[in-house]
Amino acid sequence: MTVALERLDVAMTKARRRGAVAGGDRRPWTFYALAAVFTFYVAALYGPMICIYVLSFQDIRGGLVFPMKGHSLHWFIDLFTQVRTGDVQGSFDRSIKLAVLVTIITLVFSFMAGLAFRRRFPGDTFVFYLMIGSLVAPGLVLGLGVGLLFQWAGIPATWYTSALGAQLSWTLPFGVLVMFAVMSRFEGVWEEAARDLGASRWQTIRLVVIPVLAPGLVAVALFGFTLSYDEFARTLQTAGSLNTLPLEIWSMTLNVTSPSLYALGTVTTVVSFVIIAVCIGAIILINRRRGVRAAGSAH
Amino acid sequence: MIENEVQMLRRNLSSWLYVTPLMLVLVPFFLLPILVVLAASFFETDGFGGLLPNFTLASYVDVLSSAQTFHLYLTTLKFTILTWFFTLVIGFLVAYFLVFHVRNQLLAISLFLVCTVPFWTSNIIRMISWIPLLGKEGLVNSALLGTGIIREPLEVLLFSGVAVVIAYVHQLTIFMIVPIFNSMARIDKRVVEAALDAGASRLDIMRLIIIPMSKSGIALGSIFVSSIVMGDFFVVKVMSGGSAASVVSAFYENVGVLQYPIAAASAVLLTLILVALISLVLRVVDIRREITQ
Repeated sequence: MTVALERLDVAMTKARRRGAVAGGDRRPWTFYALAAVFTFYVAALYGPMICIYVLSFQDIRGGLVFPMKGHSLHWFIDLFTQVRTGDVQGSFDRSIKLAVLVTIITLVFSFMAGLAFRRRFPGDTFVFYLMIGSLVAPGLVLGLGVGLLFQWAGIPATWYTSALGAQLSWTLPFGVLVMFAVMSRFEGVWEEAARDLGASRWQTIRLVVIPVLAPGLVAVALFGFTLSYDEFARTLQTAGSLNTLPLEIWSMTLNVTSPSLYALGTVTTVVSFVIIAVCIGAIILINRRRGVRAAGSAH
Repeated sequence: MIENEVQMLRRNLSSWLYVTPLMLVLVPFFLLPILVVLAASFFETDGFGGLLPNFTLASYVDVLSSAQTFHLYLTTLKFTILTWFFTLVIGFLVAYFLVFHVRNQLLAISLFLVCTVPFWTSNIIRMISWIPLLGKEGLVNSALLGTGIIREPLEVLLFSGVAVVIAYVHQLTIFMIVPIFNSMARIDKRVVEAALDAGASRLDIMRLIIIPMSKSGIALGSIFVSSIVMGDFFVVKVMSGGSAASVVSAFYENVGVLQYPIAAASAVLLTLILVALISLVLRVVDIRREITQ
């Protein structure tokens, strides 16, 4: 994913250079067949989501299926004022705070691990497979393990201790995998050059490595935030008595049968979309500014 | 010589220092919990959620001797194979289309991003968003009734095995697209052109170049998809409407009634099967080399 994002600037300059892309020669029939498959896939990917956004704007007569019954913001107001739908406001706050915490920790720890994994070192295979194991382990089982561990150690399980750790065991492997992709395009000579010019280790990281890797680090942050914000299976047994937003949604899917469930879906997806747009926008902006600077220095 | 060794040691020390924070998370929040579950599977329960540290294999005997376990694994296996098959076919075709048919690279990357964006949104919301489509009065049924293809609404669409597989494929195809896209993007287009010049048919190119060279992506995607389906419980619970149960949803029920040792034993069994499956895939592909290169 990051590699793709990083390639964006290269692609943009290439496309610009070529002007209009040549499309003269005839396309084989498979092109049209595959284009149809692709269109169908994207329609199936977004179609259902769009349905529930639309349905969340019904008025008080609204139900769970089409046709639309009126237009209003009733179910959004219902969501944040009604007690029977649970503590949406509180769980929303907690989820955002937790996601910010997870993002910061994921960013720093994955960056450091990414630096370490550029070379072989004794024990690297063990660390690597520990990470893969953590990634593929069934979330609910892991959550139960963490819950039991805290119970035996006599530490109360809360969203900012046990749930934080359980989520990190999911976001960190993703973060490190993204760092691998980013690091594979990083030239060690830039670091050496900085050191030859007398930069200290910390200066090299701060002034050379971090700026060069900036788009990749934004991508790691994107993974950290969104994976934590939507995490469910690992949090279920570890969050203690106060719910995070996905847990709230889960309990709603089991007992709420009004469009307020869809309204909550719309709200949480809007938050996700804002985060995604900010991150992708930041990556494109960084790359574009770089492109301009590189083009400027070439003249 | 000694100087060299000192330098080597210092480099290793700094590497270890850099992975220490990662290990400080993975050990207490992955390794220890798994060991705790392993330990719990050999304990006795007092029936109130407490565990008595008396070594016993009773939970394993219970799990292995019940016919229910067999059915649970059969259901889970069925869902895993179906989901794997559909995500692989769709994911492969989508990745192939983006890499080899979209000629404008900027467009290809934008379309790729369009496919990945839902990955960063809530899984639960994406799952329940099938309700207005698949329900008895949903859009699919209305459309089919309207065109006269069916007379009665299809009830099998929602709260059934079909709905479970649809929800899985909807959520997990992205885990196939990304790794397959990455390995296909690495294929040198000149190899394909050379094969064309040498008179290879397009089927040959697919069979002899593209599929073998996307093997690692397919393997990685398969690991992701199968481990997520085997470890899932909420899609099964919601989308089957309670009519189907998987290994982990049974685990969830057991935890709910505080039957920790039995739950733990079935979790250990599932983990062993997963590990066996993944190591089978890893024998074919060196995943570490693929990921880090």
